This record gives sequence, structure tokens and C-alpha cells, in this order.
Amino acid sequence: MSNFLQLLFNGLGIGAIYALVSLGFVLLIRAASVVNFGQGEFSMLGAYLLVVFFNIFGINYYVSMALSIVIMAGFGVIFAYTTYWPLRFRGGLPVIISTIGASIFLENLVLVLYGPSSVQIDGLFDADGIQIGDVFLATQYLSIIVIATILVVLQYLVFEKTLLGKKLQATSQDKEMASLLGIPVVFMILITFAYSSAMGGLAGMLVAPLLFVSVNMAGIIALKAFAANIIGGYGSIPGAILGGLALGVIETMGASYISVPYKDAFAFAMLLLFLMVRPQGLFGEKISEKA
Amino acid sequence: MNGLSTSVWRGLPQAGVAAVIAIGLAMLAPDQGYYLNILMQASTYAIAVVGLVVVLGYCGQISIAQAAFFGIGAYGVAIGTVDYGLNFFVAMLIAVGVSGVFGLILGLGSLRLGGHYLAMVSISFQQILTLVLTNWIEFTHGPDGIRNIPRPRFFGLSLQGGHAFLALCLVAMVLVALFAWRLKATKLGRAMQAVRDNDLAAATSGIDVFGTKVIAFGISAVLGAIGGGLFAGGFGYISPDQFSFAESIVLLTMALLGGVQSPFGALIGTMLLIILPETLRFLKQVYLAVYGAAVILIMVFLPDGLWGFIDDRIRRNARAITLPAPKLPLLSQTGQMSAEKVLEVADLAKHFGGLKAVDGVSFAVRRGSVHALIGPNGSGKSTFINVVTGLYVATAGKISFAGRDITTLSPHQRNRRGLARTFQNIRVFRGMTVLENVMIGAERVGNDVANAPAEVLTRALAALDFVDMRADAHRMVGELSYGHQRYVEIARALAGSPDLLLLDEPAAGLNMTEKVELGNLLKRLKGHGLTILIVDHDMNLVEQVADHITVLNFGRRIADGAPGDVLRHPDVIAAYLGEPRHEVA
Repeated sequence: MSNFLQLLFNGLGIGAIYALVSLGFVLLIRAASVVNFGQGEFSMLGAYLLVVFFNIFGINYYVSMALSIVIMAGFGVIFAYTTYWPLRFRGGLPVIISTIGASIFLENLVLVLYGPSSVQIDGLFDADGIQIGDVFLATQYLSIIVIATILVVLQYLVFEKTLLGKKLQATSQDKEMASLLGIPVVFMILITFAYSSAMGGLAGMLVAPLLFVSVNMAGIIALKAFAANIIGGYGSIPGAILGGLALGVIETMGASYISVPYKDAFAFAMLLLFLMVRPQGLFGEKISEKA
Repeated sequence: MNGLSTSVWRGLPQAGVAAVIAIGLAMLAPDQGYYLNILMQASTYAIAVVGLVVVLGYCGQISIAQAAFFGIGAYGVAIGTVDYGLNFFVAMLIAVGVSGVFGLILGLGSLRLGGHYLAMVSISFQQILTLVLTNWIEFTHGPDGIRNIPRPRFFGLSLQGGHAFLALCLVAMVLVALFAWRLKATKLGRAMQAVRDNDLAAATSGIDVFGTKVIAFGISAVLGAIGGGLFAGGFGYISPDQFSFAESIVLLTMALLGGVQSPFGALIGTMLLIILPETLRFLKQVYLAVYGAAVILIMVFLPDGLWGFIDDRIRRNARAITLPAPKLPLLSQTGQMSAEKVLEVADLAKHFGGLKAVDGVSFAVRRGSVHALIGPNGSGKSTFINVVTGLYVATAGKISFAGRDITTLSPHQRNRRGLARTFQNIRVFRGMTVLENVMIGAERVGNDVANAPAEVLTRALAALDFVDMRADAHRMVGELSYGHQRYVEIARALAGSPDLLLLDEPAAGLNMTEKVELGNLLKRLKGHGLTILIVDHDMNLVEQVADHITVLNFGRRIADGAPGDVLRHPDVIAAYLGEPRHEVA
């Protein structure tokens, strides 16, 4: 039982990372119908920025994080202008390819600047964790879960309770109508890119102490986050969060109880199962085309 | 499939010439391992990329697992030759078969899923395969990979040498490209493109949409495995990371950059992406970053890929093709009005949750008549047409067509029985020419000319003559005006010589002149005795052509009979016209 609780905790920790990255995906899908294959690179860049500010410049850890988040938000705007904007009227596939191009570009740019060796970075707090009975709550996992929860609540409040949130929602539901109502649609989309990039970057910083910081640290995370997004329901915000958490837990348990080498397979097996049985996901709506 | 095999046979001389050229080119390659390797990599990748052209370019289905099929081919050859001592080609055949089966299974996923979902299924397949290749060490040798994969002999001819094996790869590449190129102009190829452009219209034109997608996935997987098998022979060593998700992305990028509509695009894209990084090597470490940026730039400036750009220029200059021959007759016999019921619906119902869109409607359409179905907005006319053509499943009731129960048949099966339709919001195959659109109609299974490619062409031209559109035969449908696209849609239905033509609001969106032309067209069709069920709001048009009118309101039939009687029926006036009909413009 204690083993189960331990796995549940660790699974929720890694699941919270999937949920954060998945949220970044979902926001872009909703705001701009963009499936961003560069989402993982947002996390990778965030982690590297933290390495630069903290490990190299020796700036205070929390200040480094804040700086990195601000830079990532700005980067999201640049990403939108170069990768999405010129192709926005061409449908889904060209933008997908362009985000793939961006991800190749970013990975290799970092490789050039930083080299192929991976870097270790400190966690948020010095303390290792808390022992409760047989269960050890590692600080970093605990922080990830707490920060993810705060972010989700904040995002909910912004989306549901503020005018900005209403405008963002209107933009995601019907750009044309939103624009006729005087909502600056372009600005809303840019905000979404900035937020998605900052959140992806933060996810990267949070997961960095658990893995090594390397050029391809986030590829598989992004892929699983996208799977989480489909399991939760394509384009659904609660779906992204629950899908991410579920994926983290199932994969951690699967690795422990069934097979370690096939750890990464559980996410995709679960995805396939969902696609066969319930393709609309946990929170998705069935969409049928009108003749 | 008949048309496919004849087309393939007729391609034999071309294939021979292409193979000889390929062998010649291989011999010309510089005698250095480096160049031979690059060319071998490019040609084997190109074969897999042509597979993507079929599934993505022709059929419009996203597959991000081409490296997995490439890997199945490579591992099949490697394991077969190294561990089981099989002949190279036997091992390849098995590998290609296995890959094809996996492709078909992946295609089965398209029954319920499309777009991003299907892409995700293929990604999952890709990831799981990578894990299996890495971890099933007894069978795949695990992360170390497999070494010393032998090259084959071919009818006593040794293919051990670099040039000889490169020749084999290049021959395979040109043959595969030629196959894909010819495939595009076959019945199967047109069906794939129709599915890509508009799957509903494809289904109601007699195309088995699901079956077509599955075949496209199968072909794509087979081509992927052929490329992979040759790759294994070419390099003699393979390992799991060569067939990872990242490689699938590379293959996809090659297809899209080169131009996914044509195998030539595939060849160009593959050569470019294999040679570009090599030529950029002088940039040292930056080269892959430059390559990533180049991908974005090409996507921005050449949306249809390099070949799409070239093809567009060629097409613009070749616009002036004229088709000879006099006007062709479309409908030979003049049908007679008779009492025979072509279509009979009994107590037909369609409910969406609590909404009874069609609620127990019964009536019959008699052979040779023009039957109009009218009713106010929301009266259930479009739903009715969709149930009759099989796009919606009936909640209750029975539909008989030509004396047989078709209530449970799928849309393409109904079309194959002779039920054709047009759509209110025009559904044409925008990525194809006017002629190709209409040929798809003529090719419907069950049509008298369906199995004779030459007659399909004649019939399609005749149908275009009938709507006076022959001059536009080689234009892309997307370039035409709305009214002309409507004619293409009608010609597509006519080319299939249907027993019953359903016109769903054909006058919608047309201007006054176009409406007059449409009225004349309908009168001509009526003169030839074609049975028509027309749904429209335009009372003027309906009065001109209808022999019989059925009126729906709130999903129920409120009147049925000869036009004069029906339009004077008090319920009809109240429900539909609101006031005496003479005051309606």
C-alpha cells in the first residue's frame, strides 16, 4: 500500500508536468488552431535559460526563474510572428511543418551555443523532502504539484472572471465574430502564444532538476503531453489537466508493476485504447459534419 | 482495380526506359563510399517518401509513422538474412508483407478517426515500435542493432558492389515513382483524391471512403518497407534510432517540401533534404539550425512544395488544351413516365435526441417524373435527403429504391444502385480538374461504362457537354465560379447515369441568369426522361419543372399531389406561403 501511495505521488508529480505542457498545447489549439510541435522546445529553452542565469551568471535561483519566464513570454511572441503568422490562412498542416522546422532550428541553435553535454541543475529548495510514514514526498515533486495547482486556479480565474479572459475565450471560439465585436484578435493570439511559451518554459524549469538539462530533454514530454491532450479531450482545458495527471500516474505505476523498459509505451498504449473506445476523450465533444 | 492493372501494363515500356536510365545514372556515380552512401540513402528514403505522397498527398490522411514502416522493412531484411539465413529478396518480401498488414491495421483506425487523432495513432504506433526494437533484444538485437547485413545476388548477378547495389536502389526508386505517378490517374487514384477533397461527396459518388483510405495506408506501408529493406542492404548495419519518431518527421518534411501531390515532389524533397545538410556542412555546427530555418522559409514561400511551384508554372502554360470531337450525346434513350416507383419511403423518421427532424414521412417518386420536395426552412427537407442518401441513419421507417430495401446500406452502396445527388452547399473535389471530377461520377460501380477507361472519358465529356462545360474540362474546379461549380456537380451525378437524381436546393446561391440557365437544364433533363427529386425554395423553378409536389412542415408530410392541387392546398398556403401564392414573387 505504501508503495502504491509512493508511486501515486511520484506519478502525480510527473503528471503535473505533462499537464502544464499539455495546457500550453491546448491554449494554442483553442486560440489559433495551431498544433505546435515546438512545444517541447519551449520547455527546453526555459530550462537552458535557468541554467544560464543561475549556473553561469550566478543570479539568485528565484530571480533567474522569473527572468527566464519573462524572456520565454517574449520568445512566444517572436515564435508566433515567425512560425505561425505567415502561414495562418493555409490550414493546419503547413503550420505544423513550420513548427517542426522551428523545433529543429531551436534544438540545433542551443546545441551550437551550449554543446551536446547535459547539465545538472539544483532544485527549487535545498530540503530533499518530507517522510510521512513509508511515503517520501520529494520536494521537487511537491513543488511541481503545488505550482501546477496554483497556475491552474489562476488561469481559471483569469479566463472566467476577467474581461481579458472573456476576450481570449471569444477569440478562441469565433475569431471573426470576436473581431467584429472590437476585440483585438491578433493581440489576443499573441498573448496566448506568450503565455503558452512562458508556461512551457516554466514546466521545463520545474522538470530540469529531475532530469538532466539537454537539447532533447523535452521531446518525449511534449509528445506525451499531446497524448494527454487527446486522452482528456482534444482542445479541452480540464481534459488537458486530468489527462496529464492520469498519464503520469499510469506510466509510473506501469513501469513499477509491469515493465521498466516499456515505461514510455504505457502512455501510447493508453492513448490507442482511448482512441478506439472513446475517441472524443474524457471531456471532448462529438463533432459531426453537416451535409 | 481493373483500370489499375491495365494502366500498369501500359506503363511497362516507360518503366523499362526509366530502369535503364536509373542503371546508367548509378554507373555514373563517383566511385567513393561517401557519395555512394549519400545516393543510396537518398534513393531508399525517396521510396518511403513516395509512400507518403500516396497516403497524405493523394488520400489526405496524415501518417507520422513512415519511419516505422521503413524500420519494419529494414529489420525484416536484417533479421531474415542475418539470423535466419534467408535470401535477401525472400526476407524483403516477408518484411514488406508484414509492413503492409500493419499499414492496413493503421488504416482501420481511420474508420472512426480523422485528422489529428489519426496522426496521434500513427505517432503511438511509431513510438511503440521504437520501444520494441530497442527492448526485444532476443529478436531485434536491441540498441546495438544488427551488423553485417548481406547484399543479394540477382539472377546470378552479384549486387555486392556499391554501384551495383545503388543501381538496384535507383531502379526501385524510379519504378515506385512511376507507379505512384500512374496511380494518380487511375480510378483508385481518383478515388483517393476525392476522399481527400470531400469525403461526403466521395461517398455519395459511389466511392468506398473507408476502403480507399485503408488501401492508401497499405500501399504507403508497403513502399516504406521496400525503401527500408534496400536501406538495410545498402548500409549493412541498422539500429533502432534510425527509425525513430524524429526520422518520421524528416520523411514527412521531405514530402511536404518537395510537394506532396506528386512522386516527383517526393524525389525532389528527399534529394534536397539529404543533400542540403551535406552541402551546408561548411557551416560546421550551425548547419542543422540553418536547415531548420530553411524548412520554415520553404513552407512560407512555397506552400505546395517545390514541385507544386514548378507544376503550377507548367499548368499555366498548358492551359490551352482543346478537346476534339463533336458534342457527345449523354442520354441515349428517352425515358417514359410510368407508374413504377423508383424511390419509395415509408414512415421514414430521423430524430436527433428529442428533435424529430423527419417524423414519419411516406411518399413515392415515379419513374420519369420530376418530383419536388418543398417546405419552409427547418421543415426537414435536407435531413430527409441525407437519410435517403445514407449520410444519416434512419431512426425508423423503410427506404426502397428500384424495388429493393436500401434502408441500411451505406452511402456508396446506395450510389452504386443508381442513386445520385448534389449538395446544397456545393461539394466538389477542389484539388482536381473539372474532367476528373466528372470522371469519378462516370466510374461509379454499377454504371455501364465503369470498367472501360476510354468510355469513362467519353461519358464524362458527354456529361460536360450536356451542361455546356466542356471548354473548362482541364481547369481546376476551385477556379470556377459558384454557378459553374454547381454544373460540375450536376455533371458528376449525370455521368453516372443514375436512376434517380436528387438535387438539394440547386438554385441556392445562384444569380438570376444562372437560375434561368438551371431551369433550362432541368427542362432538358426532364425531356430526356431522367427521374429527379428536387428540393428547393424557388417556387418559380419548382413550378416550371415539377410533375408532382410533396410538402413537408415540421418533419411531417402535409400535402402530396399534382402541383396545381398542392399549391392551392390551404395547409400549404398557411404553412409555407403564408398568403395566396399569386402574391408571392
